[in-house]
Amino acid sequence: MANFEPILSKYFNTPESWTLKQYRSRGGHYGYATAKKAITEFEPKALVEEVKKSNLRGRGGAGFPAGVKWSFLPENGKPRYLAVNADESEPGTFKDREIMAKDPHNLLESIICACWAIQSHHAYVFIRGEFTREAKRLQAAIDECYAEGILGKDVLGLGKNFELDVTVITGAGAYICGEETGLLSAAEGRRAYPKIKPPFPAVEGYFRYPTIINNVETIQCVMHIIAHGADWFRGIGPESGPGPKLFCVSGHVQKPGLYEVALGTTLREIIDMAGGPIGNIKGVIPGGSSMPIMTPDQLDTPADFDSIRAAGSFLGSAGMIVFNDETCIVNALLNLARFYHHESCGQCTPCREGLGWLEKLCHRIEFGHGKEGDVDLMDEVSVMIKGRTICFLADSLIMPVQSYIAKFREEFEYHITQKRCMTDTEAGKFKAIEDMAVTA
Amino acid sequence: MTTETANTTLKPETMQAITALTKRFPQPDGALLTALRIAEREVGFINPHVCEQVAEAIGMAPAKVWGVVSFYSTFRRDTDGKYIVYVCSTLPCALRGSERVFDHLAGKLGIKNGQTTPDGKFTLRKAECLGSCGTAPCLQVNQDEYYEGLSLQMVDEIIEDLGNDKCPARHHTV
Repeated sequence: MANFEPILSKYFNTPESWTLKQYRSRGGHYGYATAKKAITEFEPKALVEEVKKSNLRGRGGAGFPAGVKWSFLPENGKPRYLAVNADESEPGTFKDREIMAKDPHNLLESIICACWAIQSHHAYVFIRGEFTREAKRLQAAIDECYAEGILGKDVLGLGKNFELDVTVITGAGAYICGEETGLLSAAEGRRAYPKIKPPFPAVEGYFRYPTIINNVETIQCVMHIIAHGADWFRGIGPESGPGPKLFCVSGHVQKPGLYEVALGTTLREIIDMAGGPIGNIKGVIPGGSSMPIMTPDQLDTPADFDSIRAAGSFLGSAGMIVFNDETCIVNALLNLARFYHHESCGQCTPCREGLGWLEKLCHRIEFGHGKEGDVDLMDEVSVMIKGRTICFLADSLIMPVQSYIAKFREEFEYHITQKRCMTDTEAGKFKAIEDMAVTA
Repeated sequence: MTTETANTTLKPETMQAITALTKRFPQPDGALLTALRIAEREVGFINPHVCEQVAEAIGMAPAKVWGVVSFYSTFRRDTDGKYIVYVCSTLPCALRGSERVFDHLAGKLGIKNGQTTPDGKFTLRKAECLGSCGTAPCLQVNQDEYYEGLSLQMVDEIIEDLGNDKCPARHHTV
């Protein structure tokens, strides 16, 4: 896998990679040549079929096949919209940010291709409010496209009667905007409350019009699929969920950062690319903070949708967080419980109240006030919450709670009985990297 | 209602720009989050009076606009300091020492989470994941620039520059 040639991140380190001038100078299928090819050589339906055939699965977390999602659009003559989910807020994930900052034109070209396929005339890119630089870069790229006639009344001047506008919407600090219906609510000028499904957004989405919501990285794959063909894409990684993938490696590794590999590369290989662990690995979260934790004996699991799932976790958004053995697992869970409790939108009682209870339980265990039976109580509360809410946010804490308890129960019990941490860290603190007993 | 109504009136061209913006959405309300940002940039913060004007420009009920503002965590309020320093404190940053960054700042500025210095210059906040996990620990100033891969020395330099109203540009991420 060491020979993998980056596809999505190929130009991330090129100077001025975000300008139209640089984008055009790349030649080949770049410079809006692929968008031209898509519009002139493909009927929209054929394009949907091509993406379906490529088996491109969503990069945002759920891993749903993009082409299949596109084919859910009803033929009712209503306007359709594409909403690009750039509200990247899952702890451990920072890939979409890089795409927008370093290669916005590649994203826009893919948006044109996707909009042609689903026959949408307006795409909205919802970027989290904190990403000011990314929003500016993308907006500058959009402005360049309007000035050059790439976007607007007649896309690329091809005379195909295809009009397309792209609008950036910036959020204002709410994790829940990353949930697809929460995102739509926010983009409709409301509180980012997720909506009950069905109806699914493809049928009734943005202002109740049919809407396709795709993650930035999912969309960015589209132009490469069109340029090289679905078969080429399927040839990268496992058939059940192929393609290049940006892995975000953080936590206790020597060189945290973004690494692009083919799906199916093992967790161990990816950690090695990131310079290897600092100390000995205790656990790895493979797909963003809401996914169940995996243990060192599972490091040879190929990082693809189905293999990770078979190993009891999910690939999610591919935000890999590595813990070494000097990490207090109770404190880690407390940190996440605080995060998810804070980010609950407050619509559903089990989530609004229950996540708070879990945070309190974690807090008292971590700080040496835990009572006998607290671990079982946490498990019990989790069972009461799971699956009883409109969206997936509550479950995003339940998965770590249940998996950390299942795999590290003795640490929780030790905190309760001994009133201190097995790893000898101060309550509520993580050991600083420079203080770690690293034997490298 | 605020006593500072006189200073928070949006320029007529801003009102027009917001009304024009609503045309880019299937329904005018879609422009709200973007419009609030525009208003925030001009006035410096969001308060009920700003909300009323934005509501008028879009054609929404002011109470609905205020309801939206209060839901999100990063709109500036008139009680915030000149520089809001957001220190990411979620797990990936915490594993790499964000607590030290925060404690150092709190000690240096003499304030706790959510407080503002008496001179109104700095507000210190713990932020939830800023999406900079690969370059942790990180902080953001005023919903604007990120400062990543922080050391305590960098933190000192950033605060010193901001204290002198200088942009700590040498620590920007390219």
